[in-house]
Amino acid sequence: MIHCKDLYIEQGSFELSNVNFKIEKGEYVVLMGKTGCGKSTILEAICGLRKIQQGEIWLNGINITDLVPGLRGIGYVPQDGALFKNMTIAENIGFALKIRKWNKTQIDQRVTELAVMLGIDHLLKRGAHNLSGGERQRVALGRALSYYPHILCLDEPLSALDENTKEDMYNLLIKLKDKLKITVLHVSHSQLEASKLANRVLRLEKGKLLEVSKKK
Amino acid sequence: MPFYLVMGVIGSTYIILILAMMVADFSYTSPGHIWEALASREIQYAIKLSLITCTITMVLSVVVAIPIGYFMARFEFRLKKFLDAVLDIPIVLPPLVIGLSLLILFQTAPGQFIESHLRITYTVYSIVIAQFMVACAFAVRTMHVTFMQINNRQEQVALTLGCNQQQSFIHILLPQAKNGILTAASLAWARALGEFGPILIFSGATRMRTEVLPTTVFLEMSVGNIEAAVAVSLIMIAAGFAVLMVVRMFGDKTTAL
Repeated sequence: MIHCKDLYIEQGSFELSNVNFKIEKGEYVVLMGKTGCGKSTILEAICGLRKIQQGEIWLNGINITDLVPGLRGIGYVPQDGALFKNMTIAENIGFALKIRKWNKTQIDQRVTELAVMLGIDHLLKRGAHNLSGGERQRVALGRALSYYPHILCLDEPLSALDENTKEDMYNLLIKLKDKLKITVLHVSHSQLEASKLANRVLRLEKGKLLEVSKKK
Repeated sequence: MPFYLVMGVIGSTYIILILAMMVADFSYTSPGHIWEALASREIQYAIKLSLITCTITMVLSVVVAIPIGYFMARFEFRLKKFLDAVLDIPIVLPPLVIGLSLLILFQTAPGQFIESHLRITYTVYSIVIAQFMVACAFAVRTMHVTFMQINNRQEQVALTLGCNQQQSFIHILLPQAKNGILTAASLAWARALGEFGPILIFSGATRMRTEVLPTTVFLEMSVGNIEAAVAVSLIMIAAGFAVLMVVRMFGDKTTAL
């Protein structure tokens, strides 16, 4: 479970104040709001990529506010996937495990397992260049899931995809949610994405979390 | 059509001028002169010293340019514009002024302290320092642009995957900057090869001691041996052109100066 308590984030003239929310284990929450309203800022703060001026972030009962990103156990998928271009797809997915000093057999096993689950096992030996938008996001998902994170943070992962690919990705994310029972915080400005995927929708407006709606 | 014709004529004037210079150099000398120049003990020494000092300068420039380029590309701080301008000083300063400034620097108390332990001025060390002062500025500029063009989102993702800053730099950023590093190294080497003004002032122009290839051209010119000066110039042109071709073929096209 993740709990953001009274977050205050200031960045130049932009500020977010009094941000409070909880996400229960296994919940799929979509954080919505207009472009530039600060959705990604909250996500980055949770991942430890952005400094917060006040407040606390708790994950599974542990205060992770001052923890470095790598020790938080949060999987992060940015909008463009941000794949490592100097590595193959297999190396991208296995990177976090290599950093954690898993042995090669364990890494290969986990990479194959994820690649099959995400439908990208035929891409494993390819470089990270020249992938379609959908393939790129699947690889980014695999990379973020590789080390069994407590929560998955998705930053508008579908916004650059065409309609057909989006539909495939909806199905994939629903499958992952059901199979892995993973907790997800998904930032989006699309009502359709929220209605297809979310257990709960948070809405950010004018620097404050104003509305919380639950899916029936 | 007249538009392209006018553009073509204006543009080709400069290209023709560059090529005409090369052709003039070639026509002034002969393979015999070049062979004679290459056989001269002094010129062999100058070639050897140029290769050694340029290579040391290149390595030093890249080693220094990588961290400076990284910090300038990735961090915002109060005096950034000032520091950016400071880093460009060696590019805009007249070469003679750089040499003079280095000479004065080594007359100050800290400079004299260094000199008392290790003689710098008018030695081979001073050649490397004089070359480094200019060449490094080009390497820094290249690395700054290289790192700017690599999206820092990848480093951020690497941090969430368990990397610390150092691992993210080594595993993610540096491999992607390799073409930029090659460009920076090549440019630093080429700049160092052509450096003359600071070397003349700071290192002197002593035969078989502080004589690099531009010094040879100067010394041969000063005794009226134009053929030898042109022959050495052609060797430098060939080396410089080879480096530029390497940069064009293997370097980062967007950062090549």
